[in-house]
Amino acid sequence: MRSFWREYRRSAVAVAALLAIVVIVAMALAAPLFVPQDPYDQAGLDLGDARLPPGEVGSGGYVHWLGTDNAGRDLVSAILYGLRLSLFIAVGAGAVAMVLGTAVGLFAAYSGGRVEALIMRVIDLQLSLPAILLALVLVAMLGQGVPQLMAALVAAQYAYFARTAFGAAKAERQRDYIEAALSTPMGGGQVLWRHLLPNTLPPLIVVATVQVATAISLEATLSFLGLGLPITRPSLGLLIANGFQFLLSGRYWISVYPGVALMLTVLAINLVGDQLRQVLSPKRR
Amino acid sequence: MTTFLLSRILQAAAVVLVMSVLVFLGVYAIGNPIDVLIDPAATQAMRAALIKQYGLDLPLWQQYWRFLTNLLRGDFGTSFVFRLPVLPLILSRLPATLELTVLAMTIATVIGVPLGIWAGYRPNSASSKAIMAGSTLGFSVPTFWVGLLLILAFAVELRWLPSGGRGAVGEVAGVRLSLFTADGWRHLALPALNLSLFKLGLLIRLVRAGTEEVMGQEHVRFARAQGLPERQVVGLHVLKNIGIPIITVFGLEFGSTLAFAVVTETVFNWPGMGKLIIESITSLDRPVMVAYLILVVLLFVAINLVVELTYGVLDPRVRARAA
Repeated sequence: MRSFWREYRRSAVAVAALLAIVVIVAMALAAPLFVPQDPYDQAGLDLGDARLPPGEVGSGGYVHWLGTDNAGRDLVSAILYGLRLSLFIAVGAGAVAMVLGTAVGLFAAYSGGRVEALIMRVIDLQLSLPAILLALVLVAMLGQGVPQLMAALVAAQYAYFARTAFGAAKAERQRDYIEAALSTPMGGGQVLWRHLLPNTLPPLIVVATVQVATAISLEATLSFLGLGLPITRPSLGLLIANGFQFLLSGRYWISVYPGVALMLTVLAINLVGDQLRQVLSPKRR
Repeated sequence: MTTFLLSRILQAAAVVLVMSVLVFLGVYAIGNPIDVLIDPAATQAMRAALIKQYGLDLPLWQQYWRFLTNLLRGDFGTSFVFRLPVLPLILSRLPATLELTVLAMTIATVIGVPLGIWAGYRPNSASSKAIMAGSTLGFSVPTFWVGLLLILAFAVELRWLPSGGRGAVGEVAGVRLSLFTADGWRHLALPALNLSLFKLGLLIRLVRAGTEEVMGQEHVRFARAQGLPERQVVGLHVLKNIGIPIITVFGLEFGSTLAFAVVTETVFNWPGMGKLIIESITSLDRPVMVAYLILVVLLFVAINLVVELTYGVLDPRVRARAA
């Protein structure tokens, strides 16, 4: 663990990115404690405050540092709540996709033969379709809402975990010690759990990091296209979409600030993922 | 080879059939089209007539059978919204999407390959690090948001380029494209740039990884030891060795760029297939959705088939494993 951190620390950018993620997550989680307004409370919104530019004081008597959107939501509050929602969806979907995908991949690698061929054929087929298209189709089928969106993300992403877990486990499966373990009375399940799974974890962690970033982007994109979440509980993508129509008239802040939050989050996660790939890749150890 | 070819084509056909069932069932599970299509003020008789006309009263499997047999005849049904046959409707939007996609891929290649080679050739220089940072940025920032920024910068602030729409179209040999007019190019510039950025970031990484690998290999070191000028080492050995994998990935990425055009077309109000599918999803225009999805599945299965067959030709081991 200590050697891991020593390796990771070599890139100042990656350390800064990790720090940024910690700050972003902390702010998003603690948002209800310090933001001036609950942006999901329709009754608390005043249409008289709509589209105030950054720095202006609204009817609530406090300064809207990033302005307000077209429903009179304070953008600082709305962005942090949107971030909460986006992170919750992405991390939740990522975790489910990881468990499901890993299980499928390990099972295929462990079974071998026809079962393996069939499972991996389906996985490869799915990987050849772009995730955005798959998610689009699923959201169109399932309808709008948080659970539907998460289901679509899981379905679009589990295959990446399955492929990675399969590759790592397949390489490990050939080793002598696995054969040895299998010849003891340990049982297949235990070999899977005690030997195959731990060895597939490092590449899976890298994939998980990247997939969470992808999920945040995907969720925002779907919401922007009007297929994600209902308008009363705006995620980051929906905030950006709502501001789009005012962009041409020069009210840039409604779209731009949520977009900056989105970009920083995704970028920080990707930078951490890059460094993790460097540190965890077996070549380097 | 013939067995390999046949087995792959049969597999592809099976995939298309299974997907057609899934797509059909999935799309039919969305809402109740009767409520959307028919005016609530319509009389009972009018409702019944319309339900009959669309075949919405038949059992699901009969509707599917009807759909499948029509499909094989090239009849994808009639759009509920446009009141036009679906296939010509989608195909009429195809040129707009294709020119956007092709231009975006061209931009990505022309910029991405040289930058990637440089980043792999001098991996520790400051310029290479800047290129790699740019590439990470390129696929970290969601496409739709970059589109908004481009509109904000070039259309709203600078007023150099239009913010959306397709502009004038020229006709050459029966094909109507924006590429044939100056106004068309002005309208194409921002969406094409927007669509290219993600692929650009990806291509830079791919080319860099390939270049780095080739540079370390014996034959490149040998060529250098021979005293071959650097330009020839890169031009001859590196480009040749990274060419094939890049072309392969490019083939696969073409399909995904077509799919990503959905986002760019929505942002820039570009009248292509992507915008059509989004509109058809929001207005529950089922025939258009189903036909679009089937066409996309066909396209992807075809691309995969071609890639696999190419591998089969290039590498006998693939053939042996499949047979």
